[in-house]
Amino acid sequence: MTPIAQLESVPGLGVAIDNSVTVVSTANAVAVAMSGGVDSSTVAAILRERGQPIVGLTMQLWNQRRLPQLQGEGPVQHRCCSLDDVYDARRVAEHFGIPFYVVNFERAFEQTVVRPFVEDYLAGRTPIPCTHCNNSVKFDELLATARQIGAPRIATGHYARVRHNPESGRYELLRAVDETKDQSYFLFGLTQEQLARTEFPLGELTKQEVREVARRLAVPVAEKPESQEICFVPSGSYVRFIESYMQEQGIELRDEPGDVVSTTGEVIGRHNGLRNYTVGQRRGLGLAAGHPVYVVALDRATNRLIVGEDRELRSTACEVRGVNWISFAAPDAPVRASVRIRHRHDPAEAEITPLDATSARISFLEPQRAITPGQAAVFYSGEQVLGGGWLK
Amino acid sequence: MRVYLDYNATTPVDPAVLEAMLPFLGENFGNAGSVHTPGQRAHAAVDAARESVAALIGAKSSEIVFTSGGTEADNLAIFGAIAASSKPRKHVITTAIEHHAILHSCDELVRQGIDVTVVPVSRARGLQGVVDPEEIRRALRPETVLISVMHANNELGTIQPIEEIGRIAAEAGVCFHSDAVQSAGKVPLDVNQLGVHLLSISAHKFCGPKGVGVLYVRTGTKVAPRFYGGHAERDRRPGTENVPGIVGLGKAAELARKLLPEDAARLRVLRDRLESSLLERIPAAQVNGDRAHRVPNTTSLSFPGAGGEALLIALDLQGVACSTGAACSSGSTEPSHVLLAAGLSHDDARSSLRFSLGRPTTAADIDFALAVIPGVVERIRALSPREQQTASAVPAR
Repeated sequence: MTPIAQLESVPGLGVAIDNSVTVVSTANAVAVAMSGGVDSSTVAAILRERGQPIVGLTMQLWNQRRLPQLQGEGPVQHRCCSLDDVYDARRVAEHFGIPFYVVNFERAFEQTVVRPFVEDYLAGRTPIPCTHCNNSVKFDELLATARQIGAPRIATGHYARVRHNPESGRYELLRAVDETKDQSYFLFGLTQEQLARTEFPLGELTKQEVREVARRLAVPVAEKPESQEICFVPSGSYVRFIESYMQEQGIELRDEPGDVVSTTGEVIGRHNGLRNYTVGQRRGLGLAAGHPVYVVALDRATNRLIVGEDRELRSTACEVRGVNWISFAAPDAPVRASVRIRHRHDPAEAEITPLDATSARISFLEPQRAITPGQAAVFYSGEQVLGGGWLK
Repeated sequence: MRVYLDYNATTPVDPAVLEAMLPFLGENFGNAGSVHTPGQRAHAAVDAARESVAALIGAKSSEIVFTSGGTEADNLAIFGAIAASSKPRKHVITTAIEHHAILHSCDELVRQGIDVTVVPVSRARGLQGVVDPEEIRRALRPETVLISVMHANNELGTIQPIEEIGRIAAEAGVCFHSDAVQSAGKVPLDVNQLGVHLLSISAHKFCGPKGVGVLYVRTGTKVAPRFYGGHAERDRRPGTENVPGIVGLGKAAELARKLLPEDAARLRVLRDRLESSLLERIPAAQVNGDRAHRVPNTTSLSFPGAGGEALLIALDLQGVACSTGAACSSGSTEPSHVLLAAGLSHDDARSSLRFSLGRPTTAADIDFALAVIPGVVERIRALSPREQQTASAVPAR
């Protein structure tokens, strides 16, 4: 017999015939990416208050029921694509009388975010799926759909700013006014075409101001707590997610124990599988060295975990690939910038030497701790994001 | 202006139906199971509705079991027929284009250890989206206890050869169920001519209210109840009767019987004009499903190079409501199981829209839709990634 696919009864496309919902036929409509959270809901409220014709779009990205092994690990609500969040987004749209649709990008999300996340991890890198999602789903698939349905621009709840520089003719990406909420690090991959069609209405506001606007405009989810973790990984356990995902793909991951070696090559212990470690990690190494010991590198080829002292974790040079330049086209000469090598990293002064159009060498003035392959190096000049790339 | 072209998803309640129902939400609120006069009034109204529904499908009124809708009728048919069978081993035959109310029920049967054969809808007889009765015959086994084949498909509108399958089921002595939710009110229905033992219908698909349906159970056919309670519906479906809903269904059935020839002829003309004009104005557009064997109100079209999801939203924003497939499947990642089963490629299935007309549809509605749809398809094609277009731009004709 033919196996019958178990289709989920996800709340689907809201086909409203209620005439109180405006028919959007104007060419200047903005599609708001609505996640059901307070930030994107407030974006919808702000644009609507301005009288901007808007369409609410919620992306269905991941089927939370796919990996039943992970159920019960942390709440399913307030995560990516949980039914509660779709419900909240729909409720906000109904509250404001905004046309609202759920668009399904599960296929693109798996191909461009989840798979690379798993592959990166298994290759010993520490991936940032949010950036891949921005580059390949939100500002690609979603923007394309928005344009197809007649909304040439999209607005999201990101804390960042976009500005057109009439002199250079470029669209510039700036940090959010609220430094504590700034998400520009995750947006370095946006192209000029994408930035030209993007609005970040929250970039000028502090988190406190956003909460106030949300209350003033009576956004139904104003008091909802924020989610911090990677949306498709319940309880934040990457390892459990990756094991379950590979199991679903028919691959049983086995822990391959191997040697723990010092930077001088001396075997000083055993590890229980490289994927349980990340560069810079100190806890859980099970070594009694008499002084703090950190993971310095993961050597996939020899299945060895290389550990050392804090100073050995520091380095002044690294290379990036997949470089995207924002404020100007790929330069020929070295560029001075402050470089951030992870989301919460204090930007460090460096010189960036382009190697070709999409790769560069970064030389820091001071050694940086735990430069981690898979993370992004984002180049700042003051409040501007000049560009960025992926650490090799 | 807003035009609704999704009557296969649901229809508005006809004003005459609403009028018939209102007293039973107000002064005539009695419980049809009560002994007193208010109860007897309600009981009489339920009986009258039973007669009316029986007349629509050529049944006896004692063969009508009211349910909460099409899904419950389908579930009662499948699980009820299985539970009533005394065979030690049980086997069910259905088709790949059934509604999920059938297919997901069959999934559950499989989980319970019952064999299910899902017959593909091949083009063996050159008819797209129409099952070959010989395939049903070939799937028969000594332990087969039920055949379930829909009358009209909800997405394609294709009408299945129920009479032929009915003869096959009769020869084999197997219980035969048909989900007629999408054909009731659209084409004449006669349970004796069709040769079915069980047949599901739903009021809201033909201008009746939501939340009420019928399972026709031929005299002598055993169906074990799914619910246990009082003695309503001769124990086959206990629970206090949904009197206003049942009255509405009765009125809708009466109207359907009276208006069917006129509705069908008028909607066929409008549907054909919509379809042929779209084929004419939109390059590479194609009709899904055999055009000669369809209910008169439905057309499924694919527009290669344009995504169905974007088409649906863009059309809605411009005032045209239609669907990409079944109303309950939207938001899912897989293209319609019906379109795939009918032989469409994934790309063509993903670029398909269903337009379904209903009694309120006017020529002006069709004019409006025709003024909007070609421009929307053109825009979406122009804004779609190249590779997507080249992958599916070649019509599969």
